[in-house]
Amino acid sequence: MSTTEHDTDGTLGEMGGVVDPVDLGMPAPGGAFDDHNPPDAALIGDCVHCGFCLPTCPTYVLWGEEMDSPRGRIYLMKEGLEGEPMTDSMVGHFDACLGCMACVTACPSGVQYDTLIEQTRAQVERHHERPAQEKALRGLVFALFPHPRRLQLLRGPLRALQATGLDRALRRTGLLDRISPHLAAMESLAPRLGRPEPLPERIAATGTRRMTVGLLTGCVQGAFFPGVNSATARVLRAEGCDVVVPRSQGCCGALSVHNGREEEAQGYARALVDAFESSGVERVVVNAAGCGSSMKEYAALLADDPAYAARAQEFAEKVRDISEILDELGPVAPRHPLEMTIAYHDACHLAHAQGVRAEPRRLLEAIPGLELREIPEGDLCCGSAGIYNITNPEPARELGDRKAHNIVSTGAEVLVTANPGCLMQVTSAIERLTSADGGRPMGMAHTIEVLDASIRGAPTTTFTTA
Amino acid sequence: MGDATQGTSTTSESSGLDSTGLDSTALDSSGLDSSGRIAAVAEVARRLLPDAGVITDRARLRTYECDGLAHYRVTPALVVIPQDAEQLAALVRACAEQAVPFVARGSGTGLSGGALPHAEGVLVVTSQMRAIREVRRDDQRAVVEPGVINLDVTKAATPVGYYYAPDPSSQQICSIGGNVAENSGGAHCLKYGFTTNHVLGADFVTPDGDTVSLGGAAPDSPGYDLLGAVVGSEGTLGIVTSATVRLVRLPEEVRTILVGFSSTDQAGAATSAIIAAGIVPAAIEMMDALAIEAAEAAVHCNYPDGAGAVLVIELDGAAIEVEQEYAEVRRLCDDHGAFEQRLATDPAERALIWKGRKSAFAAVGRISPDYIVQDGVIPRTALPEVLTAIAELSGSSGVRVANVFHAGDGNLHPLVLFDDEIDGAGEAAERVSGAILDLCIEHGGSITGEHGVGMDKSKYMPRMYTDEDLDTMQLVRCAFDPQNISNPGKVFPTPRLCGEVPGRHKGAHPLQEAGLAEVF
Repeated sequence: MSTTEHDTDGTLGEMGGVVDPVDLGMPAPGGAFDDHNPPDAALIGDCVHCGFCLPTCPTYVLWGEEMDSPRGRIYLMKEGLEGEPMTDSMVGHFDACLGCMACVTACPSGVQYDTLIEQTRAQVERHHERPAQEKALRGLVFALFPHPRRLQLLRGPLRALQATGLDRALRRTGLLDRISPHLAAMESLAPRLGRPEPLPERIAATGTRRMTVGLLTGCVQGAFFPGVNSATARVLRAEGCDVVVPRSQGCCGALSVHNGREEEAQGYARALVDAFESSGVERVVVNAAGCGSSMKEYAALLADDPAYAARAQEFAEKVRDISEILDELGPVAPRHPLEMTIAYHDACHLAHAQGVRAEPRRLLEAIPGLELREIPEGDLCCGSAGIYNITNPEPARELGDRKAHNIVSTGAEVLVTANPGCLMQVTSAIERLTSADGGRPMGMAHTIEVLDASIRGAPTTTFTTA
Repeated sequence: MGDATQGTSTTSESSGLDSTGLDSTALDSSGLDSSGRIAAVAEVARRLLPDAGVITDRARLRTYECDGLAHYRVTPALVVIPQDAEQLAALVRACAEQAVPFVARGSGTGLSGGALPHAEGVLVVTSQMRAIREVRRDDQRAVVEPGVINLDVTKAATPVGYYYAPDPSSQQICSIGGNVAENSGGAHCLKYGFTTNHVLGADFVTPDGDTVSLGGAAPDSPGYDLLGAVVGSEGTLGIVTSATVRLVRLPEEVRTILVGFSSTDQAGAATSAIIAAGIVPAAIEMMDALAIEAAEAAVHCNYPDGAGAVLVIELDGAAIEVEQEYAEVRRLCDDHGAFEQRLATDPAERALIWKGRKSAFAAVGRISPDYIVQDGVIPRTALPEVLTAIAELSGSSGVRVANVFHAGDGNLHPLVLFDDEIDGAGEAAERVSGAILDLCIEHGGSITGEHGVGMDKSKYMPRMYTDEDLDTMQLVRCAFDPQNISNPGKVFPTPRLCGEVPGRHKGAHPLQEAGLAEVF
């Protein structure tokens, strides 16, 4: 099949003529993509241009531009295959995508935009020369976040900064904003740190054992929200699970795969498969939405690796979000009342990427006394999106402010969500909002922390006095 | 500008030069070629708009080359995204001064190619003009900008007990500006009417860049119904920059029933019986087996197993009235062979029933690589006959046709399926699609119910209208747009320059001869 005969000069057809859809096969020479996994022409062909994705896309909602909508980005991919070169502006529109996958939920034609943008991002990383500063920032992010031990080392200085109040003083000077808005974003997102809570490698079930599960402790989750991991282990134990926490586990590769760093992601994935394979667990439980969604996709990520393809498939089938596994098991541990109102925020990588919406709501609503409120524009991303709030601080901040406004409008006392990225992003946005208008601060918690408190009979003040 | 567009008030400065920032050298368009004229408009746009609002590079321009009807593609020479009415008017004025064609686009979801760009023209995108300026509960009015999404009007009005009635299937993304241009309908127009019944006033930029107000918040403005001319004019008369729309009270009771029949004939007969009984449901929608298959694949709407057709019937109004109508509708459906009747018991079930129907067009992408969404109208009583004829057409040509339509008012949406990879399949589908329109005309119907003529159906206009009819329509168009720059090439099969003697008339138009009209 030849692609060179395609009309790529941008003047396809004449007014009124029906133009044959371009015969998309391998990428046209000189175009944006090479022939190693270019955005799949057949998947692009599934898009019927109906536009149902537009109102769900955070960047379209912000800017109202076709190129910054899923439909427009798919069109740019098609252009790239037809021979349009990979320009800075084209890359800018791909980079601006948060990867929230709300469009995948909305699409009536079943277009796999998630696959398309991942394929495109890997191509961008291969072919696009980023400016030095941007490269350095990405280098820093990927030298830090996927490495639990390095993040642990960062905890010391960060806690010292927070304990002395120097972090807030620094923020007030705006110095970091002037040096680099990206670094400023990174700093402002860092949560207030509690004590580290290391978990033993094996935790025995309370009462009769119903299942043996492995627990992914994650990078950011483990370093910044250690309380979430201990709460997860406690709830699993109380619900009759033996919990295995392999020491050898590292990063799942989610941040890498979502940013086109394919090889790096594959390396992480292989190591994680190795770490859990020998532990004999029936399920691998994840409490971070972004990690869970990429671990469920390991089969595709390692499909070309004969040594790992089958093992990755087997591993992926065992992966469950914490709310899925608890919903599947059904409760045995008694719940104590928690008289409070919560707003539940759907993490995109839980709701859109994994389709997990009902389970966390069922678990939370089963707690006596607890009232769950829905957040307006709940399907719209909060702007966290992996490392997006570091690489694209401005739109991320706008989306964060919009989300904070919607959350506060529910009047709920506590915000509950199931992803460390969202928790950091939304916390800092709500702090901005409430400190600006003098409103009352809001409690923040992971779904599992609320369940843990209910099972342990902890008071609501655990959450409401931040 | 001809007298015809003088509305109830005029708010533009007639010269307008200062606000465009045009200097005298740029003004002089004589001798400029097309790209020079576009460059002049782009220069004005750059002065008026933020950088992101002026698009000139090919890769980005191409993302605008089609609307919801993706098989027509034309790359515009320039895309501009104004943020308010003043900027939009200044951009149109710049186009007028340079005699550059312009096309308005909202969300780009139209199904007749109405927002197909002009290769040597400017695409004016209203997606950033999306403020809901007012929701006046007591007046039952809302004032919105053209880029506001249809469903967002309802979302804004629901908290005060109202909604916006016209609901095209694409209501979650289509814009009010596009709705006004196309006089959009929707499932509920059986009872509530089309966009034209819900727009009471509009601010409107004429093709020479003047801003006029048409209609008003009060119903039925005196004088010519210019607003009526503008609604449904498909962007050929100018661009609406603000619309005052009617809000409708949320009904006390809504009942949505999903009814399974073994054939479309039965479902059609049930529809006629319901209307004949004097019941006006808010909506009666029909889908045939193929359309059901697509919707199931896309949204798992759980329609009755093995149905040859389903009706989605919605009754709304006062509870006591709905109760009575509901019993009657059930009985009539039973009488006409319904094998399953399912009443939605909560909002989630109702939403799922409607999701199946509203996603049907796009969902057809699941069962066919390519398809044409047709839009025709027939008298409701001709439904069984026309559906049989469509089935025969499909059988003899081997082209699959799925049927989704507003059965209550005879608005058909046959979906003609094809695979463009197969040589000649597209042409065969086009032929079937055209033949369906012939069927509609033969049965006393029309070539479009609500999607508009746009680019796609202009060639069918002569099948419905005589040359004299079309020439008379051109006179209206020329009154608004003497330069023929506002969405040229759409609606009419053979666009003429205004002042050109139309068609085969050698002398003056009969109306001119009679002193009843003049050519602008």
